Amino acid sequence: MATNFMELQSASLPANVPCKLARVDRQQWLQTAEALRQSNARILALWGADDRDRDGSFHIYAAYLLPDSVLVVEHCMEDASTPSYPSLAVFFPAASRMQRAVFDLLGIATDESDTRGWLRHGGWSETLFPLRRDVDGKHQYPVASAPYPFVSVEGDGVHEIAVGPVHAGTIEPGHFRFSVVGEKVLRLEERLGYTHKGIAKLFENASQQNGHRLAARISGDSAVAFSWAYCAALEAITETVCPARAILLRALALEHERLANHLGDLGALGNDAGFAFGLTHFSRLKEDLLRANAAAFGARYLLDYLIPGGVTVDLTADARCRLLNLYDALEPSVTQMRSIYDEHAGLQDRFREAGRLERATAEELGAIGLVARASGVACDLRVDHPWPPYDTLAPKMILQSGGDVAARVQARFDEIFESLRICRALLAGPPMAEIQTPVPIAAANLLGIGLIEGWRGPVMIALKTGSGGGIRSCHAHDPSWQNWPLLEYAILGNIVPDFPLINKSFNLSYSGQDG
Amino acid sequence: MWNTLSRMLHTGLLTESLPTCDEAAPTLETLQNDLLKILGRALCIRHVDAGSCNGCELEIQALNNPYYNLEGAGIKFVASPRHADMLLVTGPVSVNMEEALKRTYDAMPDPKWVIAIGDCGACGGVFGTSYASRGGVASIIPVNHVVMGCPPNPASLFSGILRTIASTRIE
Repeated sequence: MATNFMELQSASLPANVPCKLARVDRQQWLQTAEALRQSNARILALWGADDRDRDGSFHIYAAYLLPDSVLVVEHCMEDASTPSYPSLAVFFPAASRMQRAVFDLLGIATDESDTRGWLRHGGWSETLFPLRRDVDGKHQYPVASAPYPFVSVEGDGVHEIAVGPVHAGTIEPGHFRFSVVGEKVLRLEERLGYTHKGIAKLFENASQQNGHRLAARISGDSAVAFSWAYCAALEAITETVCPARAILLRALALEHERLANHLGDLGALGNDAGFAFGLTHFSRLKEDLLRANAAAFGARYLLDYLIPGGVTVDLTADARCRLLNLYDALEPSVTQMRSIYDEHAGLQDRFREAGRLERATAEELGAIGLVARASGVACDLRVDHPWPPYDTLAPKMILQSGGDVAARVQARFDEIFESLRICRALLAGPPMAEIQTPVPIAAANLLGIGLIEGWRGPVMIALKTGSGGGIRSCHAHDPSWQNWPLLEYAILGNIVPDFPLINKSFNLSYSGQDG
Repeated sequence: MWNTLSRMLHTGLLTESLPTCDEAAPTLETLQNDLLKILGRALCIRHVDAGSCNGCELEIQALNNPYYNLEGAGIKFVASPRHADMLLVTGPVSVNMEEALKRTYDAMPDPKWVIAIGDCGACGGVFGTSYASRGGVASIIPVNHVVMGCPPNPASLFSGILRTIASTRIE
């Protein structure tokens, strides 16, 4: 029977959004999940920790997104020799891969039947769990790859197409296994984890003051979102109040990241539907933005722009002027490109009805971010849980109901215009003021959460401080975890040649997911 | 259609001149002569992400935008390593990509060049070597040239490609 999670004993947790922590036993772990599922909560992230050196146990954490707050549920497994916990996948299907990843890194098992490795592809032994504290993360092991049993589809004329991990374009690696009849896709199964770099283990050797550099490189296209989430977690733990000017500049950087990615995606979507003109013009507009970034912030991609306590540089008067001119040039250009896209019969023929993700499926499987909004599911942290400065900017929820490639294209167009509005509002803020404040060294064993709506969706950092200014653990979560399984649904019944287009319309992160 | 034509007309040609590099600062003409002498045709590049954060990929993609217009210089990206003369490798080589990278390299016909891209491709960058990362590209396959940066901008990527071709001419 589901307990009311509102009755759980919970303590408030340092975070940039309202956040609570509840410690539960094995039974409550599942009951809480069931109650949350019934109240339409979404799972945000799931991660584990090896605390045997402190309390002799492994811990498992799940973060849930509620309408008014974030709830982190922690369960301590007393049996440290064979740690296990009940799977959440029955209530939150998105948890399944996260649980497999937790097993690969920590050896904490669930009662799930799918025990195939997710991040471990044979690069280290199956009895070695690299995130355990007694494992030296620097040690190298020879690769002993084993076959990965994909779920097979049987029937007259069914065959498989294996794609990847090396893909045809300049993109990240992953494997797609299609089961098809003729051109029609009966099933797609993804296998990811190829870019796993052991980031969680690396965080344990980083200091609180420089962890943001690693966070920025979890997914290079979401560097601002991840580094902001990291800084937000650390600042919440240390009760640091960032200067108002720095907060505005962070939001400006985040919106520029959104603009750059959306412009790039719109071009690539045109190209994948055979309209190279779209790629040419959007890649030009994106380059204009990146050059303006270089002039204004000192770098085209803002990997190290955010630092704990603020940002590295303020905008000069010239830079501010240049940005305003850029927005003035960008807006009519994107408007014109939108009408070109909208009126192009061939393009619309490819976009419409392709890769449809129904709203019911999106809700059932816990879609998040832009993909969810394009299927009519209203969720945007900037609107739902506005952290400063979004609490003063009144960001608009961009919603599309179609759920197809066309809807994801339209959502990107809408978000570009809304981002431009926000950028202009941010530039109206007070110029040249304090942009940094010192962040004190945090005491050990404090947990803090940073949650930022990046261009793909919410990125989360769960930071636990270590002693002497170090980091005990840091879990980074990319929204691609939730949305990758949805791509497997969106492609059903479509034809194989439409997959690149549909995949691009999701444009999920491999590196962010693989960690 | 009118919008499309009008956009083309009003945008005009944006392509900039080739970025200069130390050895030989090639013009479009000398570059194409070099390519004709060495390969007898356009240079074909294949990119492999061996574990990158996706930052370098974005800058490599930018080489094809109208400002850099890599293809206008007679250099194009191809879909298969079997069609490629040059391999751009990004990222620290993740343990999970080690085999795929080796196979990609082996699939390329000779003569072939490899450029390690970015601080990660050079030495593993912030990821270094670990249970999950082999570090720089040179630890797995032979590397002719390195372009540093996090991520390197398109001009230095372009320069790195030109420099690799120019160094072959000098040899």
